[in-house]
Amino acid sequence: MATITFETESRYGARRFLGRALPYVLLIISISPIVLGYAWLIIATFSYRTEGLFPIDAEGNVGGWTLRNWEFLSDPAIWRVTLTSFILAVGMVVGVGFVSSMAAYALSRMNFAGRKSFLSLTLILHAFPSVTLLIAIFFVLNFLSKIPAIGQWFGYNTVGGVALVMISLDLPLGIWLMKGFFDNLSWDMERAALIDGASRFRVWWEIIIPLIKPGLAALAIFNFLSGWSAFLIPFTFTVGTKVANMPVYMRQLISDTAPTNWNMIAAVGMFQLIPVLIFFIFTQEMLLSVYAGGSKGGT
Amino acid sequence: MKVELENLTKRWGNVVGADSMNLDIKDAEFVAFLGPSGCGKTTTLLMVAGIYKPTAGFILFDGQVVNHMAPKDRNIGMVFQSYALYPHMTVFQNISYPLKLKKVPKEKMQEQTQRVADMMGIGHLMDRKPAQLSGGQQQRVALGRALVKEPDLLLFDEPLSNLDARLRLTMRAEIKRLQMDMGITSIYVTHDQVEAMTMADRIAIMKDGQLQAYGLPEELYDQPRTLFVAGFVGSPPMNLVNVEVARENGEYHARREGFDVVVPAERGEKAASKGNVTLGIRPEDVTVADGGISGEIYVVEPLGRDDLITVHVGDASVHVLADPTLGLRMGQAVTLGFNTHKVQFFDPQTEKSLLWTD
Repeated sequence: MATITFETESRYGARRFLGRALPYVLLIISISPIVLGYAWLIIATFSYRTEGLFPIDAEGNVGGWTLRNWEFLSDPAIWRVTLTSFILAVGMVVGVGFVSSMAAYALSRMNFAGRKSFLSLTLILHAFPSVTLLIAIFFVLNFLSKIPAIGQWFGYNTVGGVALVMISLDLPLGIWLMKGFFDNLSWDMERAALIDGASRFRVWWEIIIPLIKPGLAALAIFNFLSGWSAFLIPFTFTVGTKVANMPVYMRQLISDTAPTNWNMIAAVGMFQLIPVLIFFIFTQEMLLSVYAGGSKGGT
Repeated sequence: MKVELENLTKRWGNVVGADSMNLDIKDAEFVAFLGPSGCGKTTTLLMVAGIYKPTAGFILFDGQVVNHMAPKDRNIGMVFQSYALYPHMTVFQNISYPLKLKKVPKEKMQEQTQRVADMMGIGHLMDRKPAQLSGGQQQRVALGRALVKEPDLLLFDEPLSNLDARLRLTMRAEIKRLQMDMGITSIYVTHDQVEAMTMADRIAIMKDGQLQAYGLPEELYDQPRTLFVAGFVGSPPMNLVNVEVARENGEYHARREGFDVVVPAERGEKAASKGNVTLGIRPEDVTVADGGISGEIYVVEPLGRDDLITVHVGDASVHVLADPTLGLRMGQAVTLGFNTHKVQFFDPQTEKSLLWTD
């Protein structure tokens, strides 16, 4: 009797171990392509060529590390490109953050004609694929270029113009996200502040904004990342290297005729990744709150 | 400060929040708005505060129409059910915020804030954030913030309903005392009739956006003008049974199946020959006595000082506050005596009192 009990117990235990291990096995299998991809990226940036995950030297033997791929850092072009990417990212943070926090506050708190239709329209705009708008936006930017003073900064083939387009395309999401945060705040606090003697603007600035700081920060991170890695819009509305941002610059390194140095492109990609990684490490928690807080937003 | 409401109305499309309210509040008076949830009492309060704009009618402070005055210019203090403290500010910053907005000099602000905080018994908590305080302490901060700017009018929106029962009792007494000492006109919104009865100088009873009755607590208790007021004021609520009142041999009998009570002439004559009327009698005015109306005890609920017993009389049930030493049990047959000098009569159609008219 005793042995039988022991056997069933051990079999039961084995099954339980399998049950616990299975999810991990599945998870490891499903993320391994991504992990391997990143591993390749890191190895590739420090080697002449790669074969699989192995670095290959000039003679075709395994081994041989090099810093040759990182020589682009001495080229002034990369720093100009970095600056452009940075301006674009910061422009997104400031532009989307400012406009959507004000718009979302009004939409969350005030009642005005067209509020409902504005909200649903914003949602539709968000769902609208921006690719379909590229040609129309090209005409708009071209038109802006012809306006003196403004055209110089916000027209076709300018950082400002690209930033403007990206901000406006990101606003619907930003507004909805911020509205979710505002909706979660109790009205009583604002009423209390109004009764305490604050003006509407002061309530917004001194009471409301401090309370939605996590949301604002999350939105900022979000926009920084999307501005930093933007490709399609900068690629469409800029020509040449003068106003290219990092992804566009990377695209320009890929030549149609001459052989492409893929390992250098990997290095540029790696270079672009570093700020994002640092950012991510410090802001993970806030990013999570975007989904936690934003998803609660109702009408 | 004197407050008057004239035909004050608030509507959102077809939804009526408050319907032509007429009310006057004397200087230094403590008035309670009492009613079930959704009756428009908070709506009215927020109109007085200036948060909601009235659809029609007027709000007057000391005879001046203030309909279009911004909340910040009305010099009022308000305490919310949720306390509505600013979570990112310390207790000191919370209490001093109204002074900061008034641009009171820093030293005076510090002194005034400290004085109010000491008065509220939270002077030692100045550097804490609201989240680090207990519910009762948060309530005191909210009260302090409302008082610090020495308002002309204090508004309370169910301020005690988030506190536990014991603390509620303490705060009730404290708020009442504070209001008397400071002599600030106050409006207190509550759905708890005990709070309204114990604290207020006068009570305004509201239902469906309409003012049902406005008067002294004891007046509302002893001379309810409508069926709603009779049922809402008093705990446990008044017993209401349908009877017919008839005059026989010079006596007035209120009758229904298994039920016959002789009522005093001055009350009975107003209800006689009206067909079906509603008789009201409070549980404390019914006693378990020898002789009278016989019934059967349905349930006994000990309340400590009294037992609340439900007695089935025919097909009606009557609540009685009985002496616990009687040792009443469920299912026992009892006879009930009525203190007939306290009976009320209402017209079941109009729901108005047959005894008291304005």
